[in-house]
Amino acid sequence: MKITRRNFTQIGLGTMAGIAAPAVWSGAHAQSQPIRIGASASLTGPLSGTKNLVIGYELWRDDINAAGGLLGRKVELVIYDDQSVPANIPGIYSKLVDVDKVDFLFSPYGANLTAPVMPFAKSRDRFIIGILTLAANDTIKHDKFFQAAPWGPNGAENWARGFFDLANGNGIKKMAILAADTEFSKTAAAGGRRVSEQFGMQVVDYQIYPPTNRDFSAILRNVRASAAEAVFVCSYPADSTGIVRGIQEIGIGDQVRLFGGGMVGTQYASLLENLGPALNGITSFHLYVPEPTLKFTGIDDFLSRYAPIAKQRQVDPLGFYIPPFTYAAGQLISTAVKATGTIDQAKVSQWLHANAVETIVGKMSFNELGDWTQRRVLMCQFRNIQGNDIDQFRQAGKQVIVDPPAYKSGDLMSLAQSRKA
Amino acid sequence: MLILDLGLNALVTGVVLGSIYALVALGLAITFGLLHIPNVAHPAMVIGGSYAVAISNSYGMDPLVAGVLWAIPFYALGVILYEFYSRSFESRGRGNTLQSLTLFFGISLIIEVGLVVAFGTDLRSIRAGYIGHSLTVGFIVMPYRFLIPAALAPVVIFLLWLYMTRTNTGLAIRAVAYEERALQICGLDPAAIKRHAFGIAMAMAALAGAALVITGPIDPFAGRAHIGRVFAVVVLAGMGTIPGTLVAAILIGVAESFVMTFLSPSWAPGVAFAILLATLGLRPNGLFGALR
Amino acid sequence: MMRMPLFIAVAALVAVGGLFLPLVVPNPFYFYAGYVVLQYMVIATGWNILGGYAGYTNFGASAFFGAGAYMAAFLLKAFGAPMLVQLIGAGCIGVILGVATGYLTLRIQGIYFAIATVALVVVLETLVHNTDYLGGAAGLQVLAPAPPAWFGGQPQYVFFIMLVLTVSAVVVARWIEVSWIGRSLRAIRASEPAAECSGVPTLRLKLLACAISGGIMSMAGAPYATYSSYVDPVSAFSLTVGLNALAMPLIGGTRSWPGPVLGALLLASVQQVATVTISSEFNILAVGVVLIAFVALAPEGLLGLRAFRRRVS
Repeated sequence: MKITRRNFTQIGLGTMAGIAAPAVWSGAHAQSQPIRIGASASLTGPLSGTKNLVIGYELWRDDINAAGGLLGRKVELVIYDDQSVPANIPGIYSKLVDVDKVDFLFSPYGANLTAPVMPFAKSRDRFIIGILTLAANDTIKHDKFFQAAPWGPNGAENWARGFFDLANGNGIKKMAILAADTEFSKTAAAGGRRVSEQFGMQVVDYQIYPPTNRDFSAILRNVRASAAEAVFVCSYPADSTGIVRGIQEIGIGDQVRLFGGGMVGTQYASLLENLGPALNGITSFHLYVPEPTLKFTGIDDFLSRYAPIAKQRQVDPLGFYIPPFTYAAGQLISTAVKATGTIDQAKVSQWLHANAVETIVGKMSFNELGDWTQRRVLMCQFRNIQGNDIDQFRQAGKQVIVDPPAYKSGDLMSLAQSRKA
Repeated sequence: MLILDLGLNALVTGVVLGSIYALVALGLAITFGLLHIPNVAHPAMVIGGSYAVAISNSYGMDPLVAGVLWAIPFYALGVILYEFYSRSFESRGRGNTLQSLTLFFGISLIIEVGLVVAFGTDLRSIRAGYIGHSLTVGFIVMPYRFLIPAALAPVVIFLLWLYMTRTNTGLAIRAVAYEERALQICGLDPAAIKRHAFGIAMAMAALAGAALVITGPIDPFAGRAHIGRVFAVVVLAGMGTIPGTLVAAILIGVAESFVMTFLSPSWAPGVAFAILLATLGLRPNGLFGALR
Repeated sequence: MMRMPLFIAVAALVAVGGLFLPLVVPNPFYFYAGYVVLQYMVIATGWNILGGYAGYTNFGASAFFGAGAYMAAFLLKAFGAPMLVQLIGAGCIGVILGVATGYLTLRIQGIYFAIATVALVVVLETLVHNTDYLGGAAGLQVLAPAPPAWFGGQPQYVFFIMLVLTVSAVVVARWIEVSWIGRSLRAIRASEPAAECSGVPTLRLKLLACAISGGIMSMAGAPYATYSSYVDPVSAFSLTVGLNALAMPLIGGTRSWPGPVLGALLLASVQQVATVTISSEFNILAVGVVLIAFVALAPEGLLGLRAFRRRVS
């Protein structure tokens, strides 16, 4: 026993030294020249489908460094893998801030992973950019938070509001709502119900299903039984597939004119490739599609540079959904730092609150909570999809923007009509 | 009428879902039910089978044919894996539950990561003529992508049952579950029998993988959702009964489907486990298990 | 062997030492990382009381951990309860869960217990998913009250709480080990019928072990709400917790208390370092390979390896 314990202490001390070693090593780094930007990305685990967002960061860094850096200093990225688990987040961001001494932070992907970062960012008073995190700042109200994605004010409830505007504009009276049992979906579904009622529509069916559900026969039968004219769906990739297949197999009835809204997954190439023509007529949200109404400076160049890297790393070949926004998140930092001539967190934040920034995904300006002042979530209807070739989605006219009106590239067609066409 | 319509449809959906669960659980019914090896890696192996089938499918092969063909290399893999397992500790006579669980946990992690490295984390699916169509009988509508794998289950289970009860090797596999030494006295090598049985279980993983990938897209971690459910099926059936697996799986499938239709879909994942806990508390030998 | 009072004194000294750590170590990161390592020490120690001493594999450590975390978050949200109350509440729920699961399944073979614990995780997770007050799948954001000024920050404070928990768990584990309970549990592990025949009240003892083990694992979850200011089903009921709880004692050795502590120290530290260094799929792959290697080559853990070598020489 005694020998065991002595041994035990030795091993313990050894490990402690092991933990301490990186600190000594990175302490020397802190004073060196590059401006460091820290982020966590889900490189492994269930959210690892989003790891292509790293390419956006990297291309931005390369562009900045090729143009001589920021304030004459090189930009360096420090990215860790959070394994898609929120429990890893506090440790990672403390490492970024306390050990790596990064100058600016990007949030992890999505609301659940960002929730543990926000109190941290607030208590340390750090500048942080949200990466598609919906409503991350609504309760914390941190004045140095900025959202890269165009969810707009009160995003949790309203990000999919375009769908309801569309329903209202097309004279729909009966709405059905389906949502996966997660925050993203449930909040949007609850918001959707409120908006529908404001518009005087009747919510004839409201169903929450578990995220692991794959068979939607029962759910779609309930929808059909309710005789809804529009169906708002908040789903995740695997269930989106199940639902689209379900419409094809079980049918949903000809009275349904508008279907979709918040179907996560219809932005990803793997799903588009798999479902192909089965998608025709479905309307779902997107953040960027190659329609003529969305030609911002630099976006084509970005996507053409993204494609070969994505191919090599076996990630989403199209890259419309997240990577342009991580690149734009970088542009927010570089533009604000150049304009203020400092990396002072307070000054950079103040400047971003006061000024609009041109990015590859359009002009961004922020309200006091750091959300876009105006929502620009696109509602796109799939049209004329033929076969399962993925490259057809690079053309205009396949995902027609039907809302918001300012970016509209076509009118809504009813579900049945566009499936026949 | 509407209630009847919904109820009947829920029943059919439940039977179909249950049949698919039975296929996924079948390999475990052999490894865990007969050999008492808690193979928690089985669902991961099934997903491995799905990916194998998806590769063949990308060259245009029908997923079911691919599943049957892949069963052969999977059998070989199973034999090798069992050899490793038994060399690791069973031969030392020290195999305990904790160690086997940990070993198979490790194996399932390696399978998952292997799949991620090889294929990325995107959802993977297959193409076949019957996907996207459905069979309509009266007011019951059933998609073929569920119907075809579900029809596979009784066939496979019937064949396996024939094999287990009508052939000498089959009888030996069942005997090894009860009394290993008696087998030795009869001049049979229990290790060889177990190796063979484990191989069959792996072959079942390939078939189940084919069935699973027909029903919908999969990702490398899709097996995790099944771990608890397949154990629930095996325990509810009673350790080691092959036909019982089908009945238990259908029971669970129907219960889930009814909860989904009439209560709320968000309670469905708990159903299998509530049944499992109840079984353990009230009837630990399962529905069809012999008293032990 | 050290006598129990002396052992307790040493343990108390370690805990008091933790009070002064914030003065010596200024960087909060080490408290964040250290917290996780300590948390796993508590979980592994708690797990080992049933899994190691009595030989009953609990596959669902995360059910207990998650229940503790949610209990604490609930008490914090509903009553603004202080840390001590959260710990006691978490401990109670752990004991109840342990006894309930044990009562249902411990009368039959150990393997059924293992499966029932898997089921427990899913049942609890489904329950949380369907409870709006606990935030459902969205998770629950909790803002813990400011920690006592002495510690200088939340990470330092929760680290200290976890240190106290670790020390207490180790004292309890060691006390069980050297007392008649430990002897009886070892007898159960060796041969249950034999133990029964020699007058060991096996079911009652197993239930006791289940209760203590469950209570300790749940208490390990209690400070999580404060640590992360956010509790979500994915983290609380994660496979990682369940996996680590059994892998750590296995790596260290399941026979005595230093085994799980050593295993947790090694594995959790490696994981903490790996998260911020290698950062890829190979990280998980490494855990898988290490697990298999240990099962195949050193089934008695590191301490067992050493004992084995001593026996040989």
